[in-house]
Amino acid sequence: MSVAGISETLQYLTFKLDDEVFALDVSKVREILEITNITKVPQTPDFMRGVINLRGSVVPVIDMRLKFGMSATEQTVNTCIIVVEINMDGETTILGALADSVQEVVEMEPESIEPAPHIGTKLNTDFIKGMGKVDANFVMLLDIDKVFSSAELTDIVTT
Amino acid sequence: MMEQTIITYREEAGELLAELETSLLELEETPDDSDLINRVFRAMHTIKGSGAMFGFDEIATFTHEVETVFDLVRNGKMTVSKRLLDLTLKSRDHICYLLSMSADEAVDRRDGDEIIAGLRQLVPHGVLSQKSPGNVAVIQLPQLSGDELAEEKTWRIRFHPEHNILMCGTNPISLINELRDLGVAHVVAQIDEVPPLSEIVSEQCYIYWDIILTTSRGEDAIRDVFIFVDDDCDLKIELIDSSGLIDRNEGYKKLGDILVERGDLSPVEMQKVLQLQKRFGELLVEQGVVSPEKVQSALVEQQHVKSVRKERSEAPQQEAAASIRVPAERLDQLINLVGEMVTVQAHLTQVSMAGGDPVFIAISEEVERLTNELRDTALNIRMLPIGSTFSKFKRLVRDLSGELGKEIDMETHGAETELDKTVIEKLNDPLVHIIRNSIDHGIEMPAVRTAAGKPSAGTVFLGAEHSGDSVLITIRDDGGGLDRDAIRAKAVERGLLSATAELTDREIFAQIFAPGFSTASKVTSVSGRGVGMDVVKRGIDGLRGTIGVESVQGKGTTITLKIPLTLAIIESLLVKIGTDHFVLPLAMIEECVELSRGDVAAAHGRNVAVVRGSLTPYISLREQFGIAGERPDIEQIVIASVQGVRIGFVVDFVVGEHQTVIKPLGRIYQDVKGISGATILGDGTVALILDPIVLSREAALAESAQL
Repeated sequence: MSVAGISETLQYLTFKLDDEVFALDVSKVREILEITNITKVPQTPDFMRGVINLRGSVVPVIDMRLKFGMSATEQTVNTCIIVVEINMDGETTILGALADSVQEVVEMEPESIEPAPHIGTKLNTDFIKGMGKVDANFVMLLDIDKVFSSAELTDIVTT
Repeated sequence: MMEQTIITYREEAGELLAELETSLLELEETPDDSDLINRVFRAMHTIKGSGAMFGFDEIATFTHEVETVFDLVRNGKMTVSKRLLDLTLKSRDHICYLLSMSADEAVDRRDGDEIIAGLRQLVPHGVLSQKSPGNVAVIQLPQLSGDELAEEKTWRIRFHPEHNILMCGTNPISLINELRDLGVAHVVAQIDEVPPLSEIVSEQCYIYWDIILTTSRGEDAIRDVFIFVDDDCDLKIELIDSSGLIDRNEGYKKLGDILVERGDLSPVEMQKVLQLQKRFGELLVEQGVVSPEKVQSALVEQQHVKSVRKERSEAPQQEAAASIRVPAERLDQLINLVGEMVTVQAHLTQVSMAGGDPVFIAISEEVERLTNELRDTALNIRMLPIGSTFSKFKRLVRDLSGELGKEIDMETHGAETELDKTVIEKLNDPLVHIIRNSIDHGIEMPAVRTAAGKPSAGTVFLGAEHSGDSVLITIRDDGGGLDRDAIRAKAVERGLLSATAELTDREIFAQIFAPGFSTASKVTSVSGRGVGMDVVKRGIDGLRGTIGVESVQGKGTTITLKIPLTLAIIESLLVKIGTDHFVLPLAMIEECVELSRGDVAAAHGRNVAVVRGSLTPYISLREQFGIAGERPDIEQIVIASVQGVRIGFVVDFVVGEHQTVIKPLGRIYQDVKGISGATILGDGTVALILDPIVLSREAALAESAQL
């Protein structure tokens, strides 16, 4: 059973948050950085970790673990920032997403992707495009535009 | 390619329309100024001409109609009336609209037809009837414009009329004058055929002419001049120079070559004479091979071509020096690079100081100097005079005063004051709102004004001037002024002020900027909804500017906007709280003083400090931002002047001055209060830029909420 909207074989970047493996459409990923000094912006929620200097541009960084209701990311040698290009209200914005570690780039065929179950993922199913199968394991394909949609981010800032 | 030319046409037409508007408004004041009328005419003519050339037929046809009317004005057959200016201004808007349409969109002709009908009514009877304006004239245009654009070429013309040409009624001089009209011409008369006096028949023409003509018109145009005398003369036209020819560096041909080429001298003769090695021209004459006139003619040709070529090679350079068109993105890119350079340079200074090597320090100081110059120059490039915005407001004032039945004059001052391009763009909306307010609420109806002993026409003054690193923009009207009591009552009613507070005018007038605030009892089409001044406030805050309001009831209101020159790079003060760095805009900072634990204890937990005898409230940024860690024994209060009020910001440590390259925080942080952006420090970490205005406002709100 396949998922509507996914009709071709795409490449996905897999990464880990805690013990779980997630995947992102590679075309959304701009680069992967080692963790650097993050400047916290005061008066913002905890999951918004702050901003970093990406070769002269100021890029916001989001802690995906906190965003998904896990404990805060602890810094290890493997911690990294996945710089993604997301589409926010029709504008392309660059964001950094903190992840515990980056795994690999895999190809997934549409047939091997199933729709996400409505219960049991402990995540807002809007964020998940589907469940992909890599070897014998399931990975959650994130819809990164939705995770970082303006409603998800800016609403929290203003309240 | 075509796409590119169309874009250029749109840009240029936009500029011309702006000029047209300015000229029309000036014309209203001095309706007899023929210079202005000509300017209007020229602008329209160019819009029409190039419009037809690039396929904007709709514009060309429409503009042609308007131009026709202005042609009458130019020739004194019509006078400039208010109605004419009204219609012409409307035409300008219509052309603007036509310009914004792409070729395949359907055009709404109704407005245009209405304007044209109106214009035709204005035209005195009988003036236009001999030549009905229509597409005929327009269709000819592309070709005409095409000719204008063609490259200039230099032609050698020998016009050798038959002796009896005068008897056919032709005047050779008028033909030559016609040639002169085509371009730059040098004419030499040849008189070697003139017989001795005794043999002269006075009706005969013995003279023939050599003409060197540089023109952008083609050979056909030259031949057209001689079209009626074709059979009665010997006409030779040769192309001798064009910008397409490559032999530019070699100078023009030698005198002898010219004569040989013309057939006035055979190569053999030339060689013979050349061997005598005297000045060639003199030799030729001495030898009697060529007449002095021939030589002179050839010399003229030589001179002519030389000077034309010189002009040609200089012309593009002069133009380039005067101004060039550069896409705005490229400038932005340059500013970004300069910004990065400033950041890197800060790092370099830091490292060199730490190293202590004098040679290294000297180099880094040199780089610092250059970077600063580079920064200033780069920012300068983006500076534009504010005048273009001013003329837009003239139009606004004119339209609105007509609509409201008020008489209002607009005065402007300092149109040449330069501001960063992006600042000018962002100033537009706030200024529109302020001026609309002045016109609607400020200036009274003529009857009211006369009753109050004021001239019936109100005045709105719009001025700009430099003041340090800021620009002061003043909007002043001589209207009714702000009603202090009404504003206060309204503010108390809305809970913005307490009814008993002793307040200065300044504090009360500041209320007009609150969202939704309006004392107007009725909402007009122009203003009164209470939205406008809130927009002004936000807009000016966004520019890191400040607003001052002064008003005397019955006399008028003055609103002063203080706007920083640029948004890209600012001077600021770098401070530290815990491990985090922050910067405050230096322009707002007045002084820094120490705050010891003893001072804090003496204030009994109130956030005020005594600075040289006066009480200064302060905000502890560590508390405000919830930054963990111990407060140092001695903190620093950075005292800023926020809209005329001194407010302190307590930080751990003041690092010093810093050149701050402003980087946007991005969309997701755009609503964070009190932080206006970020900057990158020398060591690569990010520091946040604080906004003292918002911070103090937020603190005041939070405090009043607690009470």
